[in-house]
Amino acid sequence: MAGLAVLLLVGVPALHARGLIGTETLNLLGQSLCYAILAISVDLLWGGAGLLSLGQALFFAAGGYVVALHLTAVAPGAARGPDWWQNFASFPMALVAVAALPGVIALIFGFPAFRSRMNGMYFAIATQALCAGLMILLRPIGILGGPSRTHPFGPLLGADLQDSVTQRTVFIATAAALLVIYGGCRWLNGTRFALVLRALRDGESRVLFSGYAAANYKLFAFVFAAFVAGIGGALCLLQAGQIGPESLAPDKSIEAVVWVVVGGRGTLIGPVCGAFGLSLLKSWVMRHCPDLWFALLGGLFVLFLLFLPEGLIGLPRRLAAVGRRIGSKPASPPPPAAPIPSS
Amino acid sequence: MPPPLLIARDLTKTFDGFAALSHVDFTLPKGELRLLMGPKGSGKSTFFDLVTGQIRPDSGRLEFGEGIDLTKLKEYQISHLGISRKFQAPRLFPDYSVWDNLVLSLKGSRSVFATLLYRLSSEDRDHLQDLLKLIGLLPKRDWNADRLAHGEKQWLEIGMLLATKPKLLLLDSPAAGMTDEEMQRTAELLVSLTGKHSLLIAEHDMTFIRRIASDSRVTFLHHGSVLAEGRLEEILADPRVREVYLGRGKRGQK
Repeated sequence: MAGLAVLLLVGVPALHARGLIGTETLNLLGQSLCYAILAISVDLLWGGAGLLSLGQALFFAAGGYVVALHLTAVAPGAARGPDWWQNFASFPMALVAVAALPGVIALIFGFPAFRSRMNGMYFAIATQALCAGLMILLRPIGILGGPSRTHPFGPLLGADLQDSVTQRTVFIATAAALLVIYGGCRWLNGTRFALVLRALRDGESRVLFSGYAAANYKLFAFVFAAFVAGIGGALCLLQAGQIGPESLAPDKSIEAVVWVVVGGRGTLIGPVCGAFGLSLLKSWVMRHCPDLWFALLGGLFVLFLLFLPEGLIGLPRRLAAVGRRIGSKPASPPPPAAPIPSS
Repeated sequence: MPPPLLIARDLTKTFDGFAALSHVDFTLPKGELRLLMGPKGSGKSTFFDLVTGQIRPDSGRLEFGEGIDLTKLKEYQISHLGISRKFQAPRLFPDYSVWDNLVLSLKGSRSVFATLLYRLSSEDRDHLQDLLKLIGLLPKRDWNADRLAHGEKQWLEIGMLLATKPKLLLLDSPAAGMTDEEMQRTAELLVSLTGKHSLLIAEHDMTFIRRIASDSRVTFLHHGSVLAEGRLEEILADPRVREVYLGRGKRGQK
């Protein structure tokens, strides 16, 4: 783990500084790291609480939109947009909004959702509906940034976003954010809070019977996951250079779920690897045979659900089990049977 | 005579014309183990439901401790008073270890922030170790709960109730599905709890009842009323009780 941290924080940026990695590649790697953050956000809920959210891309995009609004507000020139966008012109204000906005949306949506004790399936559909609804609301704002020049971006704290040094700094910040978030989630997993949350996966009524207000736990997890996704989205925007209502499209959230399935639900490191790997794969496929992508994604999803439900993380164990069956050695004995209790 | 912990006076509950409980008077002194006997439909579960606050009585008083009116409190409030109930089928967290099941049940704040910052204190650790010894699952503390034998699951669940440091334990058929050895162990376990805790056990199984009722009193319910109350021998000798059991064939004859 430490090695990986060094590689990301020092190795890759150093290679970029020497010109061995192009800015475009650096960008791609950085965005994939952001998607890893999004995958963590999905896994926090799904692996951590059994709560499938098909709308985490919404919070990802919310973080991105806040930064985009900031960059648009500080852009010189006439194409600055409506006056209310000027609220985002101050950098501290934008930082606060990135941290708070996704959480607030999650709170507003989650509070009635969890109080109503709606079934997990309905919750998943409701998150999709939320995405679709907010996507429509964002149409008046439209696309921010990008080559279209309708709403170009200004400088980030004075530095030109396109500049390679700026991009390198953003990459390092992204890597650092991923490491901090990953570490934080690992810590969270060891708390009694996480114990209660995981117990919700198996039986909410038993948890309630033990005296825990399940709705509160789910709400906290949901808001925290939204916060994490927002950070990822904010950093992603700085590297992607543009954002539009399409970022909230339902398929974006579903793609995040596929990353988690492929990586290994509940393992945290699995979704990180799944997201990173599949993002890189996607960019390669989109360049060479774009029509293949959705078929590939869907196929991977079905394949993993059927044959490798533990994800890539479970692969070594699966292979070992298969190896044992094929090999001449007998299979390892099952765990010791419970002895008869003494009177 | 220790002070009364649970008092029911003239307690009545009817469901759509069916009198589940009618004019029941009942007193459980603190620290006592009382057996609640009676055929199915006699009102045992209804009585438990009333005590835990799941349902409200139609009339009568139901008090706990120093005059606390249970009929005015919500379920979670009653649970915080120290009244814990165990149902017939074990309700554990099957994917968790024995230890984790107990940790989850520990008495303490149930709020999100409390559990985020919670660190298992040495006091809590000792308490859990003692509980594990008491329920006989110390060697299996890292076993997954669903790998335990049926009897062990029941003991784990009793352990989980004890982790909340309850004042009153309501046990619904704790011996159901147990082997003879498991029943003996369970009887010893429950009797060892008297004094520190008060127990009200609803049970049909005569083997278990005989093992546990040596020093305890029995309240016999029939059709929602208290038919007899006293020591087990007196109850079984009571002609009214025999009539109830005789009418049901082999059930009471073990």
